[in-house]
Amino acid sequence: MEALLFWIFSIVGVGCGGMVIWHRNPMGSAIYLVVTMLCLSGLYALLNGAFVAVLQVLIYAGAVMVLMLFVIMMLSTHTEGGPREGSRPAWLVSGVIGLIVVFKVGALFGFGKPPEAVDEFGTIQGVGSLLFNRYILPFELISVLLLIAVIGAVILSKRDAQ
Amino acid sequence: MDGTAFLQGTGALVPHLTVLITGLVILTLDLFLTERSRFLNEVVGLVGLALAFVLAVLQHGDPRMVFMDMAVVDNFSVFFHATFILIAILTLLMSASFVRREDIASGEYYALVLFATTGFMFVASAANLVMLFLAIEILSIATYILAGLHRQEQRSLEAAFKYFILGAFSSAIFLYGIATVYGALGHTSITQLAATVAQGEVSPLLMLGMALLIVGLGFKVAVVPFHMWVPDVYDGAPITVTAFMSAGPKAAAFAALLRVFFQGFGAENMAAQWAPVFAVLAGLTMILGNLSALAQVSIKRMLAYSSIAHAGYAFVALVTLDALGAASILYYMVAYAFMSLGAFAVLTVVAKRGERHHAFSDYSGLASTNPILAAVMTLFMFALAGLPPTAGFAGKFYVFSAAVKSGYYVLAIIGVLTSVVSVFYYIHVIRVMYMQEPGEGGSPIRVSAATCALLGVTVLGTLYMGVFPGSILRLAEHSVSLLF
Amino acid sequence: MIPISYYLWVSALLFVTGAIGVLLRRNALVILMSLELMLNAVNLSFVAYARMFNDMGGHVFVFLNITVAAAEAAVGLAIILAIYRTKETVDVDHLSLMQH
Repeated sequence: MEALLFWIFSIVGVGCGGMVIWHRNPMGSAIYLVVTMLCLSGLYALLNGAFVAVLQVLIYAGAVMVLMLFVIMMLSTHTEGGPREGSRPAWLVSGVIGLIVVFKVGALFGFGKPPEAVDEFGTIQGVGSLLFNRYILPFELISVLLLIAVIGAVILSKRDAQ
Repeated sequence: MDGTAFLQGTGALVPHLTVLITGLVILTLDLFLTERSRFLNEVVGLVGLALAFVLAVLQHGDPRMVFMDMAVVDNFSVFFHATFILIAILTLLMSASFVRREDIASGEYYALVLFATTGFMFVASAANLVMLFLAIEILSIATYILAGLHRQEQRSLEAAFKYFILGAFSSAIFLYGIATVYGALGHTSITQLAATVAQGEVSPLLMLGMALLIVGLGFKVAVVPFHMWVPDVYDGAPITVTAFMSAGPKAAAFAALLRVFFQGFGAENMAAQWAPVFAVLAGLTMILGNLSALAQVSIKRMLAYSSIAHAGYAFVALVTLDALGAASILYYMVAYAFMSLGAFAVLTVVAKRGERHHAFSDYSGLASTNPILAAVMTLFMFALAGLPPTAGFAGKFYVFSAAVKSGYYVLAIIGVLTSVVSVFYYIHVIRVMYMQEPGEGGSPIRVSAATCALLGVTVLGTLYMGVFPGSILRLAEHSVSLLF
Repeated sequence: MIPISYYLWVSALLFVTGAIGVLLRRNALVILMSLELMLNAVNLSFVAYARMFNDMGGHVFVFLNITVAAAEAAVGLAIILAIYRTKETVDVDHLSLMQH
């Protein structure tokens, strides 16, 4: 069962990932990206990462992608895809180089089957206790990052109201 | 984490917090300011930074790890904190009249500069790769926004976009490197990484992680072949932001490189892997940076390529893996901050409103209309070219002698030769200022008080470090001793 | 049970796919989405390694990474929007400073 789910999520995920960069229309790319993210969420769940699986759907697919779709639709009249950019040879060469890189890197992965998962692995309690103990400083620092992003989003996109 | 550990940690991070809170205060204060009282933003900023500088310097002493081994306070971080705060202070002085002149939102501008400085400081005190990543992201995102703040100018937005895309791309590669190191080791602590590498347990996976980290950090330092973004981004961004970007993120990236490679991957067997790579990168950067600068007609772009070349000079010291090499990098960062910020300040003044005057021809006859300004610019050009008795000469001397001491003669020779080449384009500026007639509208340029102060400080710094290099170098050596 | 390496292969494939997208596509929004794809691929690596070492630190990194990605997306979209307002295009070839 787990194997079946893994193969479904992986193949759909990688396929849709390829379509994100291949599809001409940015709207279509966005939808494919959402599907890829959902497949990744499934893979996280298979890896006992319950909390991150939920986070992926809620925040990544649910908030970030919605924001992106919003902007795509706002700019839609001028972003209808024309012919796909980049010449045929460029795509071919990058595809081949990409595959070579993946295979070279893949040869380094010597990991086998994982050990037994500890109790409460990947649950909110487990991740939460780590987040507020060992990783409290990165957690607080993230708030600075979000503040900067809010400032940037407001100041860069506001209309010139004099 | 219990209460005392938390308080201890917060105490250790007081300089960072001071800079951060100053930024927040400016952001809030700006809501209540009128056009006439806008200068209070700068005043608050400078006061906060001065306080942070004092607090940072007071922290020197034995290294201590805080917040569950996430951050470290040691002489290395103290030196860099002082450098970053100095860069921020100089940027604030430079921006005072610029922001008013170009109609840039001043509260947000200063807040972002201060937040970026906080990011720099967290890079220097990072003891864990995750902290390093977050600090780099903080400084990067703040700088992307700063590059685009000149919203009337399209070049500014394009610069912000290009910087954002390539910066985020390199961050993703850096992050994949961190993930790979995590996979090889089971943790992301830099000190434990050092222990593992020293024992000789190096897997191919760890090597891959290291390679990805080199690529990611290489983008931030802008060494060849990861330098493509610099000319366009430096050219399009508002000039005070360019000045800030040329000094701050570069120093922060070198701090990260020193932590990760001298401390983390510092064992002999490992260094034999990455040192040759760094040597090639340094050589290419020096050659390409200087040759490209020769061909520029815009002085802003010329300084951008020169900034790449200077990153190459400092990079040379990275292959040495010894105390003199590390100390010379620290020294170079301070020296370059003075020279670069000073030169860009002159550009700010000459460019006038809208940044329309960046061509070499706009400097013709500057010696007759503004003799002091021309003299100051001459000093900075000499310093950047590496002529004595300036900080630039001392910096290059230390870097190249570190290379020679470790046997990298070819690099030192390339360095000296490219420095000679660089003299041509720096001298060209001086020639234009002194030998050519001023153009129409050749009236003396008004320089604000803050900019005068800035130019005074940078001139003093450049000369002091050139004539008395020993004191700063001794400080630098003291700061890096714990890496060995 | 599926070996962890298989998950890492998927991660590598997605990462390289995203990288190709960033380098070859000319629509600013698609470039941004390719960046998000790269970050997602790294997240998968983290979760896989976390499972391998029974260390939830990997999950914490994913939490932090998702936040960073959200912040980057917000700023990136703001920049794209600001450019679109002045130039009416999201094609990076039309940005005169761009030379690649």
